[in-house]
Amino acid sequence: MSSNEKHQTDGRTGDAHASSPSDPRSGPYILLFFILGLALSMVVGWSIFPKLLYSQKSQPIDFNHKLHLEQVDNGCQSCHFFREDGSFSGSPRLAQCTDCHAELLGESENEKIFVEHYVATDREVPWLVYSRQPDCVFFSHSAHVFGAKMDCETCHGPIGKSESLKPYEENRITGLSRDIWGRNIAGFKQNTWDRMKMDDCAQCHAQHDTLHDSSVQTGRDACFVCHK
Amino acid sequence: MKLSRRCFLAFSIGGAAGTALSPLPWKLTDDLSIWSQNWPWTPVPPDGEYAYINTTCTLCPGHCGIRVRKVDERAVKIEGQESSGMNPGGICLLGLSGLQLLYGPTRIQAPLKRVGERGENRWQTISWEEAIEEVAGRLNDLRSKGQPQAVAALASEDTGTVPQLMKRLLTAVGSPNFYRMPSMEDSQAAVLALTQGEEGFVGMDVEQADFVLSFGSALLEGYGASPRMMQAVNRLRADGGKLAQIDSRLSNTAAKSDIWLAPKPGTEADVALSIAHVLITRNRYDHGFVSQWAEGFEAFSAMVAEKYAPEKIADRTGLATDQIISTAIAFADAKHPLAVYGKGKGQQPGSLKEALAVNALNALAGSINRPGGIQAMAGYDYIQWPALQPDDVAAAGLQTPRLDQKGDVVYPNPGYKVHRMIEAVGAGSADLQALLVAESNPCYSLPGADKVRTAFSKIPFVVSFSSFMDETAMQSDLILPNPIYLERYEDVPVKAGTTRRRVGLCRPVVAPLHNTQHVGDTIIQIAHAMEGSVAAAFPWTDYATCLKETLSDAWETLLEKGHWEVPETTHAAGADGFKTASGKFVLMNETIGAIYLADAPLPAGDESEYPLQLVAYDTIRLSSQYVGSSPFMLKILSDTTLKGQAGFVELNPETAAKLNLKEGASATITTPAGSADVRVHLDEGIRPGIVAMARGLGHTAYDGFLAGKGVNVNQLIAPVEDPASGLDAAWGSWAKLAKG
Repeated sequence: MSSNEKHQTDGRTGDAHASSPSDPRSGPYILLFFILGLALSMVVGWSIFPKLLYSQKSQPIDFNHKLHLEQVDNGCQSCHFFREDGSFSGSPRLAQCTDCHAELLGESENEKIFVEHYVATDREVPWLVYSRQPDCVFFSHSAHVFGAKMDCETCHGPIGKSESLKPYEENRITGLSRDIWGRNIAGFKQNTWDRMKMDDCAQCHAQHDTLHDSSVQTGRDACFVCHK
Repeated sequence: MKLSRRCFLAFSIGGAAGTALSPLPWKLTDDLSIWSQNWPWTPVPPDGEYAYINTTCTLCPGHCGIRVRKVDERAVKIEGQESSGMNPGGICLLGLSGLQLLYGPTRIQAPLKRVGERGENRWQTISWEEAIEEVAGRLNDLRSKGQPQAVAALASEDTGTVPQLMKRLLTAVGSPNFYRMPSMEDSQAAVLALTQGEEGFVGMDVEQADFVLSFGSALLEGYGASPRMMQAVNRLRADGGKLAQIDSRLSNTAAKSDIWLAPKPGTEADVALSIAHVLITRNRYDHGFVSQWAEGFEAFSAMVAEKYAPEKIADRTGLATDQIISTAIAFADAKHPLAVYGKGKGQQPGSLKEALAVNALNALAGSINRPGGIQAMAGYDYIQWPALQPDDVAAAGLQTPRLDQKGDVVYPNPGYKVHRMIEAVGAGSADLQALLVAESNPCYSLPGADKVRTAFSKIPFVVSFSSFMDETAMQSDLILPNPIYLERYEDVPVKAGTTRRRVGLCRPVVAPLHNTQHVGDTIIQIAHAMEGSVAAAFPWTDYATCLKETLSDAWETLLEKGHWEVPETTHAAGADGFKTASGKFVLMNETIGAIYLADAPLPAGDESEYPLQLVAYDTIRLSSQYVGSSPFMLKILSDTTLKGQAGFVELNPETAAKLNLKEGASATITTPAGSADVRVHLDEGIRPGIVAMARGLGHTAYDGFLAGKGVNVNQLIAPVEDPASGLDAAWGSWAKLAKG
């Protein structure tokens, strides 16, 4: 019985409260707090969160793509080559670099570090790969480069023209590079290489009418074409 | 302004709306889904260059051709080799999970010297130089005391360069005591010598047979080269052929057979001779072969007529007369019938009488040295090293009898009677002072394992070349670890019932992971560090040189193809006659007659005290020899073989009812050799009165994946010497079971 009484008492107190919706004075405050909450969370979501999400790492040594590209005969594939079985080699291994850099060739500080720290000690350079995808993503470079005759730039951008390596922004949760989601946190892009999520694959495939019909259910590409 | 509850709510709602309008929740959801794929325990194949290396599996005597897939320097998968003549594309569970042995935690990583007591597992890492010096020193001591014969070696094989180097070391030191672990090969060699006068090994042309009569051979559970045998049995059945299995337990092979006979264990020889009786009395034998090529047919017929009529053996074997007659007729009806022996995986020699009796069925059917029959295969003779020049010490030592030659038997063929050596040492004999053990685990896999371990504690100096911390390595003074088969070169001559003489090449798939050294190199270095004429017996700088020189022209073929088909140097007996004195196949003569008269090898024990018979059985899901089962194999064991740490025995419900035991009940099994706590699984596929237990469990060494799980059946079984051959023919033991 006493609880009922208390409830009623509370009800009466509530009626008399200064910030009752029926009280015209409380309206602006509520709106103010709503806007405050909205603004703060927008600031957090759009500005602070992306800064917190990514950590900046530098590559073990800087690399001049432009300089190297001028020296080699076969473009990107001179170093990022296809193996005999058609698989793609990705970042060059030490053995490839030492084909030319067994000893110092120039006077660059980076080359000196490379020769002393890696060539001399026979250690692989732990390159941070901007385009590394999650393990479940299967991607065939052969199908795109030889089959669809695409150039490297469409996905990787004009990295061959760069003179130094940009910092690697690592997603603290996934460990992947920021380049996969794209610089723009909202996911907008200007160039084809600005982001490399599933939608970007799908967009290009739809544009070029390269949808296959390996899925009986959807008549389109089955999930397992890319997700292995 | 006063902060009210409503203001706070408004702030929260605004915050929620703002968050929803920002990329935060969507980006977080996406990132978390990717994060969940990055958990460290999720296996992810490494990225890199793929390569396939053809090599040979040495984990069992089958020696299958395998193909190892590598990504850069990491081996990631083992498959059966399609181009292999032995096991086209097939592989067994142990072979498949070989990478767990390579990368697993039980590898011995450097030479070790015992610090604590035997079996205490306290070791000190030493250098290879110290290790070699110590072994050479001990062997020199024995030679200087005039006891070179007190050195013995035990290996898993006796053909190929590595076992032969070990044997050569012993010969150079002056000891005749080289042993191979017991195997069906011992009985097969004896049968071949007795009936065909051939020194070689037995080939079984299962591929071309249309009726296979198996005397307890686990054809679908690891017999011979198991993938080959499985493919051959599948082919047999697909072509309308038949399989008859004689097994007291409904094994997988029995379950997939067309005819299943479940005689009392140990009476298989009687069953075989009784089938012979039916073939002869009903005139269903191959007259052409018998009249032209068989010697002693009349005497053999007289013996089976006198003692082995089906009705006479019915009581002893527990089989009905018509079961034997119908099986014999089915065997005779086939165009290419083949009878095979060697119980389980063929890792025990078994009874010589039984082997001869089963082989006699092949002779009566004419299935000798013809397609679909038993083939006499000439032994491998590619190892042609310069003859040894033993010095005086060695020459004297070589004159002494081998440790296993004490005791009379009907047919004293050489064979390897390891149990006699163990018995002698266990009984306090000082004839064995130093033992070298390679690729074998006698303290676990020999019958009477506990006694073997006790005997080992009495051997003053034990050296193990094991790659793993197994039960025998634990009992050693020194461990000189060998790289495992995926890290080393070795020639692997194949026997295991093959009808093609073939040497496989075992070659490194990855660089050795640990500070190991090839046992071939270790032996050569020990010899080079010794005095007298021992060093001179090893003219090679290292094992690689020895291997290449030994194989000479075949080496290139081996490197290119991964195996070498050895041309027949001698004509297998047949059209030109057999290699016996009479030029005929010997069905019966004085020696064979005496073997048929010998008692069946029965386990010791009193039936009144031990009313049950314990039978050890082999399963493809467990390895029971040198290499322990892989973690993968333990994962796929059924709950009725191993549950948690508890091992099971199988029992007929009728027997269980008498003992008042229910499914899953705890019980204690006791045999004259020992006792163990087990749980009971009831199965109508077991003959009443029999307790069946899987081989391959109950390890005390290795790691947490394997140690302490189930019971080692070899602890419960004592060696049973075959009165005919002197080989260990143990298949089980008398036993009793009580509620535990």
